[in-house]
Amino acid sequence: MQELINRAKELLADNTVARVLGWRAGDLPYDPEPAYFETEDALKDFVYNGFCGANLSKYMIEASKLEGKTLVFLKPCDTYSFNQLLKEHRVDREKAYIIGVGCKGKLDIEKIRKQGVKGIRGISGAEMTDDADVLTIDTIYGEKTCAYQDVMLGRCHVCKGKEHKVYDELIGESRETTDAERFAEVEAIEAMSPQERFAYFKKELSKCIRCNACRNVCPACSCRKCVFDSNKFDSSQKANADSFEEKMFHIIRAFHVAGRCTDCGECSRVCPQGIPLHLFNRKFIKEIDQLYGEYQAGEDTESKAPLTDYTFEDAEPSIIGERG
Amino acid sequence: MYKIAKDDLNSLFRLIASGQELYLPENIGGQVNFAPWSEEAEVDLDTLKTVKSPKDAFFPQSENLYTVKRDGKKLSVEPEKLKEQSFVVFGMRACDTAGLKVLDRVFLSDPVDTFYAARRAHGTVVALACHEPEESCFCKVFGVDCAEPEADVAAWIIDGTLYWKPVTEKGQALTESVKELLEPADDEAGKVEAEKDAVRGIREQLPYMNLSLEGWNGDALAEKFDSPLWEELYKPCLACGTCTFVCPTCQCYDIKDYDTGHGVQRYRCWDSCMYSDFTMMAHGNNRTSQMQRFRQRFMHKLVYFPANNDGMYSCVGCGRCVEKCPASLNIVKVIKSFQDQGGEKA
Repeated sequence: MQELINRAKELLADNTVARVLGWRAGDLPYDPEPAYFETEDALKDFVYNGFCGANLSKYMIEASKLEGKTLVFLKPCDTYSFNQLLKEHRVDREKAYIIGVGCKGKLDIEKIRKQGVKGIRGISGAEMTDDADVLTIDTIYGEKTCAYQDVMLGRCHVCKGKEHKVYDELIGESRETTDAERFAEVEAIEAMSPQERFAYFKKELSKCIRCNACRNVCPACSCRKCVFDSNKFDSSQKANADSFEEKMFHIIRAFHVAGRCTDCGECSRVCPQGIPLHLFNRKFIKEIDQLYGEYQAGEDTESKAPLTDYTFEDAEPSIIGERG
Repeated sequence: MYKIAKDDLNSLFRLIASGQELYLPENIGGQVNFAPWSEEAEVDLDTLKTVKSPKDAFFPQSENLYTVKRDGKKLSVEPEKLKEQSFVVFGMRACDTAGLKVLDRVFLSDPVDTFYAARRAHGTVVALACHEPEESCFCKVFGVDCAEPEADVAAWIIDGTLYWKPVTEKGQALTESVKELLEPADDEAGKVEAEKDAVRGIREQLPYMNLSLEGWNGDALAEKFDSPLWEELYKPCLACGTCTFVCPTCQCYDIKDYDTGHGVQRYRCWDSCMYSDFTMMAHGNNRTSQMQRFRQRFMHKLVYFPANNDGMYSCVGCGRCVEKCPASLNIVKVIKSFQDQGGEKA
């Protein structure tokens, strides 16, 4: 972490960048917040550890409008989002100085709580320099331990890899965290009967409180004004009045980001109700891979996206009806 | 004081639910929230904080106000019925019931909100004292005692036994209706007192419990409103409504019309000051930036509300926003940021 701070200070000092976009330590061991640092002194609060799950790519939309370059720290998976935003002309590459940071898998405080850990005072093993496989948690109810692997964000179990897809320089090593098949969760749902599947999604989506955190955090949801925020729209973006969430909101959002979603997993990370929203997007990715050939959004900035490109070999819509 | 074994609580719930609706914390799809009791319900009294606060029981996220129906050229207006049946909310915490007091200030003062008033009149609250408060809790800062919740019935779970203390007339009435399952336990009051002492002792070790509110009051408007700090503080905010929708005291709502195709359903739903159409009026919006909307939330809780309610803050320190904000922002960070500018208590 000190290496990141030192480099940031250098880049601020020689005016390569006007500000730094990173994470600021909170006063609990697990709540760093995305933050801008404009002076070398401010960087004393900079932190980068296992709880820095927040993908800073989307913040670069606003940062691209500011004077001068912004130094942004991106994890390997965040760089896919940045690339996708570049492709959609939502961020300005010239306004970004990207330091690709190493990642050893990001942690999910909810999973730590689910293990019965409460009254947290300190957590060790979450630092980047520490290659510990175990988190040691000091609580007012005694010391607890969690296997790092068990309390990682779901997305890290199906990590897209240690490689940064866009960067100006790299600092830090990444760790292999993949221990599951990317589409296994989707396949488990495909294997359900239609009735089971409907019941599953009804149960999950009924939990939605219309906080819109999934939409607002999503790098693919970068519309200046969301259709659901229109006051001419008949269904309020904030009322969980009927089964709208279950049947419409999340499905419409998934359709809208299909082919552009990089599978960064932010939607599921931020959902206060723990709805596995990434499943919709990953289903689309699986379908696109099968029907149009393997495609990873954000892998590069040049390739044509399958749903916005046309070829004679494109699948006919009827294939879904025939396949079932 | 009465008692019942924790293992027998399902009989208690069954008995209560035989005469009225019963809401309590249940694990549904891996998350604990207040929901109507049923035989199949997976009741969870161990999780300290439900994701959403239980304010829905009195002030639902969405509710119909009236329905307009069209029949040819005739329009009929059917007002929504007010709550007429009694119901019980079991398992609220001290912070949650303190939240109701905040809502009472808003909805029971003139002009009285009849929908809310009817639910308050018909609802009986059984509140559970906290056994293991957590690091995100800061109820004491707002004068809430997690060891002794203020409710119709106060309850403590100690070593597999639930102690039940009726406090109000409604609490007495509920106690009478379930007396067959309760055992008198006046002679065990000492156990409850010891539990209270223990919990208050734990509370002192929590990181936020001694947060100072110095400088935050109804007179702080001019000084706080124009502070340049807001421009910094709001930046990570995603403008989602999580903090406002999990909060036990946020009370802003919007009124909207739903076109049913053959009429109109007028409903209200919780609003969020974080949303771009918050307080949108015919002339436009008086908060046009996210900074202004972000500032509104904290100014409302810590300055405007006390200014209009005899010094009462509209935060109860439940810590849900601390746990749930996707950008790890929260009211504690806001309070502390201002202190760092020179307001901290010695």
